[in-house]
Amino acid sequence: MRKLDRKLLRDLYQLRGQASAIVLVIAAGVATFVMSMCAYRSLTTTKDAFYRDYRFADLFSSTHRTPDALLPRLRDIEGVAAVEPRLVYDVLLDVPGMSEPATARLISIPDRGQSELNQVYIRRGRMIEPLHSGEVVVSEVFAKAHGFVPGDQVRAIINGKTQVMRIVGIALSPEYVIQVQPGSILPDDKRFGIFWIGRRDLEAAFDMTGAFNNVSVRLALGHETDHVIDQLDRLLKPYGSVGSYDRDEQLSHRYLSDELSQLRGMAVMAPAIFLGVAAFLLNIAVSRIISQQREQIAALKAFGYSDFEVGAHYLNLVFVITVGGSVVGSIFGFWMGANMMGMYEEFYKFPSLEFLVNWPAVAAAFLMTTVAAVVGTFVSVRSAVTLPPAEAMRPEAPPSYQTSWWERLLPKRWIAPEMRMVIRNVTRRPLRAGLSIVGISMAVAVMVLGNFSLDAMNYMMHFQFRLAQRQDLTVTFVEPATESVMYEVQNLDGVLESETMRSVATRIRFQNRSRRIGIMGLLPDPQLYRLLDADEQPVRVPEYGVMLNSKLAEILGATIGDQVIVEVLEGKRPTLTLEVSAIVEEYAGLNAYMNKTRLHEVLLESNVASGAFLKVDPNRIDAVFAELEERPGVGSVTIKNAMMQSFEQTVAENILVMRSFIVMFAAVIAVGVVYNTARISLSERQRDLATMRVIGFTNREVSTVLLGEIIIFTALAIPLGCLIGYGLAAITTAGLDTDNYRIPLVVSRNTLLLAASVVVVATILSATLVQRRVKRLDLISVLKTRD
Amino acid sequence: MNSSNPPTARQSVFRAVDIAKIYQMGEVQVHALRGVSVELYEGEFVVLLGASGSGKSTLLNILGGLDAPSSGTVHYLDRELTASDPSQLTRYRRDNVGFVFQFYNLIPSLTARENVELITEIATEPMDALDALDLVGLKDRSDHFPAQLSGGEQQRVAIARAIAKNPKVLLCDEPTGALDVQTGIVVLQAIGQINQQLGTTTAVITHNAEIAKMADRVILLSDGHIAGIERNSTKVAAQDLRW
Repeated sequence: MRKLDRKLLRDLYQLRGQASAIVLVIAAGVATFVMSMCAYRSLTTTKDAFYRDYRFADLFSSTHRTPDALLPRLRDIEGVAAVEPRLVYDVLLDVPGMSEPATARLISIPDRGQSELNQVYIRRGRMIEPLHSGEVVVSEVFAKAHGFVPGDQVRAIINGKTQVMRIVGIALSPEYVIQVQPGSILPDDKRFGIFWIGRRDLEAAFDMTGAFNNVSVRLALGHETDHVIDQLDRLLKPYGSVGSYDRDEQLSHRYLSDELSQLRGMAVMAPAIFLGVAAFLLNIAVSRIISQQREQIAALKAFGYSDFEVGAHYLNLVFVITVGGSVVGSIFGFWMGANMMGMYEEFYKFPSLEFLVNWPAVAAAFLMTTVAAVVGTFVSVRSAVTLPPAEAMRPEAPPSYQTSWWERLLPKRWIAPEMRMVIRNVTRRPLRAGLSIVGISMAVAVMVLGNFSLDAMNYMMHFQFRLAQRQDLTVTFVEPATESVMYEVQNLDGVLESETMRSVATRIRFQNRSRRIGIMGLLPDPQLYRLLDADEQPVRVPEYGVMLNSKLAEILGATIGDQVIVEVLEGKRPTLTLEVSAIVEEYAGLNAYMNKTRLHEVLLESNVASGAFLKVDPNRIDAVFAELEERPGVGSVTIKNAMMQSFEQTVAENILVMRSFIVMFAAVIAVGVVYNTARISLSERQRDLATMRVIGFTNREVSTVLLGEIIIFTALAIPLGCLIGYGLAAITTAGLDTDNYRIPLVVSRNTLLLAASVVVVATILSATLVQRRVKRLDLISVLKTRD
Repeated sequence: MNSSNPPTARQSVFRAVDIAKIYQMGEVQVHALRGVSVELYEGEFVVLLGASGSGKSTLLNILGGLDAPSSGTVHYLDRELTASDPSQLTRYRRDNVGFVFQFYNLIPSLTARENVELITEIATEPMDALDALDLVGLKDRSDHFPAQLSGGEQQRVAIARAIAKNPKVLLCDEPTGALDVQTGIVVLQAIGQINQQLGTTTAVITHNAEIAKMADRVILLSDGHIAGIERNSTKVAAQDLRW
């Protein structure tokens, strides 16, 4: 080994405390990046393979009843590669051991041969056998939630008749990688399941022989979606189509896409923060070591080491640290990524979800780290390179200090000499002080960023399910229910309050923008399903006009007073021009609302309801469930509390894991910055401090000089970090803003307190470590060394 | 060395003509040299004698290619140092010059032997590192780190490091400045021995007039000028010096 390299290793050993801290900061950034990118690759690869192998469709459309005779014409549309007609019905399920009903989505599969699209992957058991009536294959999450195994039986209420279905297989489908019930924003494994059933069984139950009510389409390569959608809509319109849509509007696919874009966001933000901090730490550490080694550099140069060799020597020191950080970070990133896969397996169901290492990302991490390090240390290393050897022989000129303007404003006796030393030292290098403060504040920001998602989630749940929606149950009817049905449901024993609603599928247009949405007709002053503005105040449903939720208004670019065009996609399909009368706040979905009576008028229909919101006596809720299950008209029952609980359980577990990582990473930054800053101060000012000890200052007073700086930095960093954290949270929420859901920008006081506490603890910890060195200061030898 | 030999008969190693040096020290401008012309000859032992601030270190640094004068020319043999770019100066130092500094400038993280090897690794015709340490009597301490050596020993390691490359010139800046008398004499003995045994042109800076007695020639510097050049008729051996 070259002697210069041996020097490097020994220097590194001397620096081991600081070097480890920097390695950890780099590792945290690299780990997050590698984790996100590996998870991204794993999820993308698995998803693409599942979509491809099980022939996930590109376009989807629902109709009322379309005759099979239309199929050849659908297949003839230019750009269509395959068409899969199906029967799809949501029915209530009577699950043993569960008082409340579950919703089963029954999907037909051909009695002979495989489906052409959206094929089913059998995890356990077998496929249904041709013409074996009553056999079903059930989705894995639902089976798991209820402990179903092949051979078990479930009772479904199909078109008013209780029918026994025998489970023969447990399956997955590319169409339901994540199973979210339409109208719901969260998966509820227990209360929403997919059942694949022989087509003949469904035809018989719903009297649909020779017809279908749902069609999936696969596009030929290189064909435009919009053109095919137009053709499909044109052909299916007479049969009650509510409009075709592509994968972007397909729920499961959309959840996956959102997750993927989140991973990408994380992969951008984490390295930016951590590598920025690492670059700063490397900067102070390397510039310190170079100024300490001025005379060594001079000797090397005097003996003929070239500037390049000297520069390379210090860059190598930096590279050892960055490579160390990248290696540690990559390994940790793999581990976190593998953990993440475990978490994904809970949410996303694939035949197998394997953790794949994203090698190009690992290479990118190494490259990014190197670039950050070189940027961070460029100036210091250049100073070593350009240091004229003759000048390096002479001791450095004493740093010039100045009294700051505000020091002069205050009477001298107000500030102790120790404090004055601290203040002058800070103000002498405002850039470094500023960067130290920003560095520590990043720890606070990371904590805020890591924890605000829980605040946001809690607020969203609170807003949506406590303030706005106050019903216990939401009942939807298979067909719009007449007054008598509504009366029956509203007067069930145990129902305390109820409100009906009417919802229709529409396409809403403003200027050149449009969206396929449901418009809900509500009572003028709903009490159970309330609409709120951004200030949480209830908004009355006006008699005329349409109310948009904020996201829909944003997408359409429409505001109060604008005239939007609403094409109703059901019944007589009227086209309406409505004035936007109010904008309401909602964190999920794209929705529009109008007065229910007015909706009936424009639809030229009587007082019917698509569903009802019920408030139920908790003691009699089981009886209500039993009654609802008996009613043929009831299509689905959503239980608000059950849904919230199941969500909170799953999310809480996963958030806990992520949170512990984040706290750890924030602590790494805080300790890294504080420890480094203090160590550097100590090293720069050993002589001053030792001199103070020699002339009679106590250890404690001397420590004040050293740690006063750190305390000032931390005190300033906490509010700044809260601000930066809030800003990063805002960027994150903007990035997560999708049609599916929005994350409100809410940062709770507890989150800020927690962030501050972690940083304060980290500061105390590092200060203690450095202070121990003050006690060990060797007064004589320190004064002897020429620095 | 025979003092009757006329200096002109010997080859001039260094020839500095009218060099001046002004540099910035913090907020102060320092006139370190104010027009110095001097020649150093092959194999001779020269002492640059002067008080602190007389410009002797600056002169030595310029001769060693560590620094460039603000004006004037310096030649090393046929090469004009003042016309060389930094990389040519690096090459010049690497191949020709051995330095000994007042504060030794050893690399604290390397052992005595490794400090010497640091230089032999980049030299063209080096001697063995252990032989170099043997010349200064420190072969048996070769595995010690600088912190484990006394000041005199550290300076001898520095001398070993300087001569290990077989330099043409050995430049010593206050080599005994940080040492007590006894140790200083040991170090000077080592330097004298190198000059005699290897014939290395040697320049030693000091403010100690006693040391001047061991030189062939003494160049007196004062306030950036050459105040005089004296030739010693008899050289005193290092071990007989006292101060």
